[in-house]
Amino acid sequence: MGEERSFFNEMQDEAGIPRAAYEQLVSWLENKPSNFLNRKSREAETIFRRLGITFAVYGAHEATERLIPFDPIPRIISAAEWRRLSAGIEQRVRALNAFLHDIYHRQEIIRAGRIPADLILQNEAFLPEMVGFTPARKVYAHIIGTDLVRVSENEFYVLEDNTRTPSGVSYMLENRETMMRIFPDLFQMHRVAPVEQYPDLLRQTLESVGPDQSKSDQTVCVLTPGIYNSAYFEHAFLADSMGVELVEGRDLFVDQGKVFMRTTREPKQVDVIYRRIDDAFLDPLTFNPDSMLGVPGLFDAYRAGNVTICNAPGTGIADDKAIYAYVPDIIEFYTGQKPILNNVPTWNCSRPDDLAYVLDNLEDIVVKEVHGSGGYGMLIGPTASKRQISDFRKILTANPSNYIAQPTLALSACPTHVASGVAPRHVDLRPYVLIGDQVRITPGGLTRVALKKGSLVVNSSQGGGTKDTWVLED
Amino acid sequence: MLGRTASSLFWMSRYQERALNNTKLLEVAYRNSMVSHNGNGETGHWNFALASSGCAYDFGQKNEEITPKAVINYMIFDKDNPSSVRMCLENARNNGRSVRTGITAELWEALNTTYIEFSDVNPQSITQDKLPDFLAWISQRSHLFRGALLNTILRDDGYFFSQMGNFIERADNTARILNTQYWVLLPDNDVIGDGYERTQWSGILRALSGLRSYRFAYPDAKLKAFNISEFLILRKEMPRSLAHCYDWILDSADDLAQFYGCEDPSIQMARELEQDLRSLRMQEIYDRGLHDFLNDFISRNNAFAQQLSKDYNFA
Repeated sequence: MGEERSFFNEMQDEAGIPRAAYEQLVSWLENKPSNFLNRKSREAETIFRRLGITFAVYGAHEATERLIPFDPIPRIISAAEWRRLSAGIEQRVRALNAFLHDIYHRQEIIRAGRIPADLILQNEAFLPEMVGFTPARKVYAHIIGTDLVRVSENEFYVLEDNTRTPSGVSYMLENRETMMRIFPDLFQMHRVAPVEQYPDLLRQTLESVGPDQSKSDQTVCVLTPGIYNSAYFEHAFLADSMGVELVEGRDLFVDQGKVFMRTTREPKQVDVIYRRIDDAFLDPLTFNPDSMLGVPGLFDAYRAGNVTICNAPGTGIADDKAIYAYVPDIIEFYTGQKPILNNVPTWNCSRPDDLAYVLDNLEDIVVKEVHGSGGYGMLIGPTASKRQISDFRKILTANPSNYIAQPTLALSACPTHVASGVAPRHVDLRPYVLIGDQVRITPGGLTRVALKKGSLVVNSSQGGGTKDTWVLED
Repeated sequence: MLGRTASSLFWMSRYQERALNNTKLLEVAYRNSMVSHNGNGETGHWNFALASSGCAYDFGQKNEEITPKAVINYMIFDKDNPSSVRMCLENARNNGRSVRTGITAELWEALNTTYIEFSDVNPQSITQDKLPDFLAWISQRSHLFRGALLNTILRDDGYFFSQMGNFIERADNTARILNTQYWVLLPDNDVIGDGYERTQWSGILRALSGLRSYRFAYPDAKLKAFNISEFLILRKEMPRSLAHCYDWILDSADDLAQFYGCEDPSIQMARELEQDLRSLRMQEIYDRGLHDFLNDFISRNNAFAQQLSKDYNFA
């Protein structure tokens, strides 16, 4: 492992002077006894365990529910920084929705030669079944979690757009609740923009895209694969905090093109389904015939305009890693504006030139699976051992089109509670965006932190933790 | 309310009650195996626990002989026994987990903590001498669950279904315990009343947590087959009697009928069962035959549960 690279420290400048947003936090921390953060961390853990906020880890043998480590030191974003960020996010999610509408209709962007036709038409994430169909308000991706990293004062990069079923929003909400319980005085010292409105805004967003807007009373439900899914807690949490039913596929059925819930009495018609299952499992009649999780006939009911599915089937094409490189073009094509947020330069290993470059520079770059997620199946060159690099070289050469590569970004770092006290650790940021009758971005989002010194992997499945994320109000 | 939610609340309570009942049966087997060496001897007491919980046959398929260790393991820890305490706790928790939106944080915490702590127990560590404490712990956790439920849950249809699940299971358990040893409860045995019978009687009462309350309910406090049977079948004030169970079920049935504004067939079945238990006298039951009465009750109780799941679309 090489020497640690230089990175942007969000709390203080090179001279060790706290940045404006962190001033009060720094002096507050200085006056605390040494075991203070240990005690508060334990308090927080007890709260999380009681609430049953756990996630399942795939591939682990035994009792597979764990807590995500929670770091009690908040990450602070100033009002001005947030304005710029949220403008960039809004621009991006509007462009991606316009892109989705286009490729499932006239495909102007292909005709204009801005994206190769094959990249879309041959893409597994492109659903031919969606061609010609227009969802309510022309919105495809209603809930998006944009993964961002910061590399300097004013430079943010988008890593992924997560236009399918982004998870983690329950942690954003529970982290805030927990922080308010363990540090009430900190909230009196700062004007922190609230996040607790998220469930109400989510429900408003979902109701605003019901297929029949003349209906005053839209029935919304959350569709979960069930209790064994890694994000089950979040599904239950969201249904509960919106005040809607949490359903499994077997609770729904389709009759005469309409979708109903099986209740203890008469069946109840459903208008909007916030699904947390993948496209392939939605409807065994249209997609994967072996799916036990979906609802037979659901897709026909959707195409008949009798129910809205959020996010729409086929939105995965917009966050496909091969399409990612074209997002700046997509933004310019549909909005006529320059992108506000940066895209990470990306090498597509299916191209021989790109592959050659990647193989020559494995020590310095990050290689990811095109369809991978959760930090699995990736190589982070600068922190990998020689052995890991040579193993990965074989895997990559055997199936290059399965991979993309990007330069290693120097992720910014935030003060984090560690065994030795408080030290900088690398972070990313996932703000949550809702798109319906309007675009609503909850200030802040989920900050994930790599707890190991020098590590750049923030995924919870790989030992990452989370932090409460504050956006200060002016 | 989703039919599946109703079903989960019903089964959550039912499994938790079943875990408690198994615990009680083992407590009695353990105690009686220490104090009595007559009659069927030690194996008889452990067999009583197996038979009352309805798993004697399946146990025999897996084990060559009845030993305390094998019975304890089968009834508490065995994943192949769908009624083992482990499986009951796991099923209760999974049902609760699937309706997280329908239960309170307190109730979830009670369910979840029991499950987590039970999962941490190594079966090898529960040797016979550790058994009583461990069983007492499971009982306490069951009582905590029920206390959390009664104190925190909203009194809507979900609550009514949870009560039905609880008391259908309890009635079934009481009837099975009586039926397993119905012959010692025949009044002819009152004249025998030797040490062995006495152990059996007090064992049955203990298994139903009723030994002390029996002495208050019958002022002469003498153990008599007639009184014990009456106490456990017809006396409403005894919390595990069939009459008490149906008293509670009827309340829930009435509430449910009112809540939905509709009398379903299952509600009618509950009314008939409750009516029978309220009007019958013990002598009539003996005249009809205790064994026949209990068999008939078990199958009607079961039919009621099935009708309930049909009427309210339990998935």
